[in-house]
Amino acid sequence: MSNDLNTKDLDTEQVAGNGLLDRRLFLRQGGGLIGAVGMAAGLAGYSRPVHAETLVVPDWTKTPGAWLQGYTQPSKFEGKVVRGPLPNNLYNGIGPGNARTPLQYLDGMITPNGLHYERSHNGIPDIDPAGHQLLIHGLVKRPLTFTVEALSRYPMTSRISFVECAGNSGGMYAATPADGTAQSLHGLVSCAEWTGVSLAMLLEEAGVDPTAKWLVAEGADAAAMSRSVPIGKALDDAMVALYQNGERVRPSNGYPMRLLLPGYQGNMNVKWLRRIKLLREPAMTKDETSKYSLLVKDGKVAQFNFPMDAKSVITKPSPGINMTAPGLYEISGIAWSGHGKVAKVEVTADGGKSWAPAALSDPVLSKAITRFRIPWRWSGAPAILQSRAIDETGYVQPTREAQIAARGSRAAYHCNLITSWGVAANGEVKHVYA
Amino acid sequence: MFTRNIAAISVAALGFTVGLASAAESPGLGQPITEKEAAAWDLSIGPDGVGLPAGRGTVKRGEEVYLEKCQGCHGETGVGTPSDKLVGGQGTLMGDQAPVKTVGSFWPYATTLFDYIRRAMPLAEPQTMSDSDVYAVSAYVLNLNGIIGPRAVMDAKSLPKVKMPNRDNFYIVYPGQIK
Repeated sequence: MSNDLNTKDLDTEQVAGNGLLDRRLFLRQGGGLIGAVGMAAGLAGYSRPVHAETLVVPDWTKTPGAWLQGYTQPSKFEGKVVRGPLPNNLYNGIGPGNARTPLQYLDGMITPNGLHYERSHNGIPDIDPAGHQLLIHGLVKRPLTFTVEALSRYPMTSRISFVECAGNSGGMYAATPADGTAQSLHGLVSCAEWTGVSLAMLLEEAGVDPTAKWLVAEGADAAAMSRSVPIGKALDDAMVALYQNGERVRPSNGYPMRLLLPGYQGNMNVKWLRRIKLLREPAMTKDETSKYSLLVKDGKVAQFNFPMDAKSVITKPSPGINMTAPGLYEISGIAWSGHGKVAKVEVTADGGKSWAPAALSDPVLSKAITRFRIPWRWSGAPAILQSRAIDETGYVQPTREAQIAARGSRAAYHCNLITSWGVAANGEVKHVYA
Repeated sequence: MFTRNIAAISVAALGFTVGLASAAESPGLGQPITEKEAAAWDLSIGPDGVGLPAGRGTVKRGEEVYLEKCQGCHGETGVGTPSDKLVGGQGTLMGDQAPVKTVGSFWPYATTLFDYIRRAMPLAEPQTMSDSDVYAVSAYVLNLNGIIGPRAVMDAKSLPKVKMPNRDNFYIVYPGQIK
């Protein structure tokens, strides 16, 4: 074979402490070598799998299956894979809320549409696309309105992009580790392929006045949620998104159209987009002053901190996705950066004493979730797993100590410090501070 | 050049008219509208007061409106639940204590109060209050925080002049980023 690596060496040689193995172990071998790995696990003295039962032909193979559906649903056996935990209903079924993506049950880089995270400020409007318009006005030569039908005739662009709430992971600032899962701690991030019309094209059609430095984008929801966006971002990679993973944007994500600002805090990616007004100065809306601003040291408040910095989290194992027995596992997780591509993800199994590079699954795209994987031989001893993302600008995801030293622990937003999962001898995985 | 010519011919053949040179690559389907025609949608208020409508509201009228429409979620004096506290919290932004971010302790611009109440409040029936009542409720909340006196009247002239106590603690990060 052309493989220049000795897989036996890859398997037996740790690349970092407490059992982390070379990232290429799973990548470079054919089917036969997987067997060799399994055997090596046995030879190393770990428990062998119990002998399988004699095979029988199951009922579903001997009975005709269900008839076709117009729109299919996940298997009923995947009922735990849902968004949550849903917040308490404080206002009799109306008002603000959020629903988090079950990161620990997903793999790959794409979030299915029904599981995309949601933050809404006064419910999901029931918009008839025939009655919806996008208004572009303010500092433009020609104020214009666009119907959904008209925008659907425009040339489309597609990009795979994460959207992350600026409040995601905010619980990590707490003085003691929250008893949570990847979902409850970090589930306000999702990644989809978005397709729509370049905002620059629409702005050029309206004719941007040279004095316009900002725009305010506003939703058609009952919060008329609005945020100011610098004109540079609007003319760079902003999109009026009409499609999400191939189908029309879901109502919970902005149907019939949302603003997509790749890499910027999720709140700015205004859903149910109905109005864009070009301005000289930011509008100073509620959601860019009293919210989504960072209370840092000495009572100062950092405003308009837009891109989401590089972050990563291990999803497998993670709380609820426990270890079952000593042996060979794949550690897997997600990494992303609002500044560009993820260049590298490093993983430690000994609480940060030693780190090994993980493999990044293709494709690695700018401002998209990137899946990372690394093989780990768990000895059965307690371990502390962490991952840290490094993006193409060279930025390194900070430790908890470093982030809190820099900005304090009351910033609430933009928390991207390194998460620690403690693995106990019984295989249970918990969120810890290390 | 060859493909460009083909494209040009196709466009001409289909009879498309692209009216504006700057939008030459756009289908040009935006429908012209005047600012006057768009006024019902234009809710934006600038921190300098640009966009504030006519109308005026007193603290006294604000208290009446507040007790009718707001106290259910914000409490009788703006410190109730389940919604965000509107009143108090001064002094909690320093040190390591838990910050209580209210209109009085945290919000940098009084105009934001009008903008937000008008567009989003009350929760169950947003955009139903008169502009004068929005001024009045803004006045009442500012008065509860001790920022304006009990006889103050808020309108398009007076509201932008209200100096919020926490204004100078805000600083703009863009185009940079905090550590």
